[in-house]
Amino acid sequence: MSNIAIRTEKLTRDFGQIRAVDDLSLEIPAGIVFGFLGPNGSGKTTTIRLLLGLLDPARGRAEVFGLDTRTRADEIRERCGALLEHAGLYERLSAEDNLEFYGRIWRLSAADRKARTKELLTHLGLWERRGEKVAGWSRGMKQKLAVARSLLHRPSLIFLDEPTAGLDPMAAAALRDDLLSLAVREGVTIFLTTHNLTEAEKLCALVGVIRAGRLLAVGRPDQLQAKAGGHQAVILGRGFSERALASLRERTEVAAATLQDGRLVIDLNREVEIAPLIGLLVNSGAQVEEARKGKASLEEVFMSLMEEEK
Amino acid sequence: MITDLLTMVWKEWKEMLLQHGGIRSGILPTVIIPLILLGVMLPWQMGREWVESPLALAVWAWMPLMLMAGLIADSFAGERERHTLETLLASRLPDRAILFGKVCAVVSYGWGLTILGVSMGLLTVNLVHGRGEFLLYSRKLTLGILALSWLGAWLAAGAGVLVSLRAATVRQAQQVLMLAIMLLLFVPVYGVKLLPAEWRAQIAGTLAAGGAARLVLVIIVTLTVVDTSLIIAAMARFRRARLILKD
Repeated sequence: MSNIAIRTEKLTRDFGQIRAVDDLSLEIPAGIVFGFLGPNGSGKTTTIRLLLGLLDPARGRAEVFGLDTRTRADEIRERCGALLEHAGLYERLSAEDNLEFYGRIWRLSAADRKARTKELLTHLGLWERRGEKVAGWSRGMKQKLAVARSLLHRPSLIFLDEPTAGLDPMAAAALRDDLLSLAVREGVTIFLTTHNLTEAEKLCALVGVIRAGRLLAVGRPDQLQAKAGGHQAVILGRGFSERALASLRERTEVAAATLQDGRLVIDLNREVEIAPLIGLLVNSGAQVEEARKGKASLEEVFMSLMEEEK
Repeated sequence: MITDLLTMVWKEWKEMLLQHGGIRSGILPTVIIPLILLGVMLPWQMGREWVESPLALAVWAWMPLMLMAGLIADSFAGERERHTLETLLASRLPDRAILFGKVCAVVSYGWGLTILGVSMGLLTVNLVHGRGEFLLYSRKLTLGILALSWLGAWLAAGAGVLVSLRAATVRQAQQVLMLAIMLLLFVPVYGVKLLPAEWRAQIAGTLAAGGAARLVLVIIVTLTVVDTSLIIAAMARFRRARLILKD
């Protein structure tokens, strides 16, 4: 069996005059966490709907586990779990009934439904409140329950649209751990959309950046960071004169030097020692309090991709 | 398919009974009150007429429509309004199981309650007005009641599901359905009044001469055709993509 979970070729979908997904070609290996990043309205949700066979593409094709989304959507949905834009919980029902319903949908045996419900609700700290109606719950609790529902039937592929939205930091961190362990230990593929770029950096083995339906970049987070220039030095201090910045920019290893919120950010062309650069700054009269060397964060990569597209 | 359908029915019944808070508070308006009204109060007031008048046919044919209109309007429009529809459509449930699960849940409620009402009505009439005599609908009337209430239930379900699939909100679906029911009720009543006097006399004469059974038969056949058409239309209308884009 192919180890590709999702493959799209020139996948395109229009809504009237608006092109929601534009020529999207993507390959996602099985068993990893894939992060799909993009601003609101960039086509992330439409892509999920296309992959689940809920919408047909206008052009191009998509396969999930080798199954065509146009012709074998039922089989695809059979193997997937989904937490979509809305939690999708029945608020008149209790947490237990919500899971009971979806457990029946996925044909889990009564004993398995009971055991799995207990396991998931206990893990997410909701077991004691399983009999309560969901309507009275906080957004974070509902989100946890929706996550439990998407994992209930042990799917091979899970689509998670902003899963940690509304969760408290501890619950979000616990969920991130769970997602990672699922992907690593059970070989589950996770297709995750998120605005939280730190989360994507921590979780995702592969990241795609989409804007206005077009895939701008795809790769491992470190590959994207390297593509975006990658290496960076951030200097905290005072007295960074224009003359000092000009001297820095003249050096071959420096791609750019800018003041951002009182910090001096130096984009480097390659990995180099930054001591000579600090020396240069000090000699030009600057007072350096702290210097950090590292790679551009995924957030910076994302922002630079968005800027390029403007 | 049957297991999937029953799963949907299970969920629909749970939601139906819990819509007013808890099961106890839900049973009162959805089951107890209609039963007291139809099975006790009306038969008590009407006495022997309750089992002898052909009007019973009209009452029991209409009953499922009145009982089901609100519930069936909620079927898809409600899921859409409460943002549960897309998650349901993203599950493995086949289209037919979702559609017929919702229809069967409401039909079982509407028709089930109607039959319970018929039985309770008979009990009430016999207890209050029986005077030692066992009062029962005639065989023809019994068959007519069973057939017309069954077809009435499917009429409500078919029309309701179609409206609910198209409506943006539950309120909109309920308004359209109530309007349709009112039209069905008033158009024949006032329509007959608009007919020339000799036509009306001819109709009355035909009915008096034993044509009532034939009329009921015509209604049964017509309803069967209409119900089947509505269900086929609902099946054609039920498209995941169309429903998602309306969400």
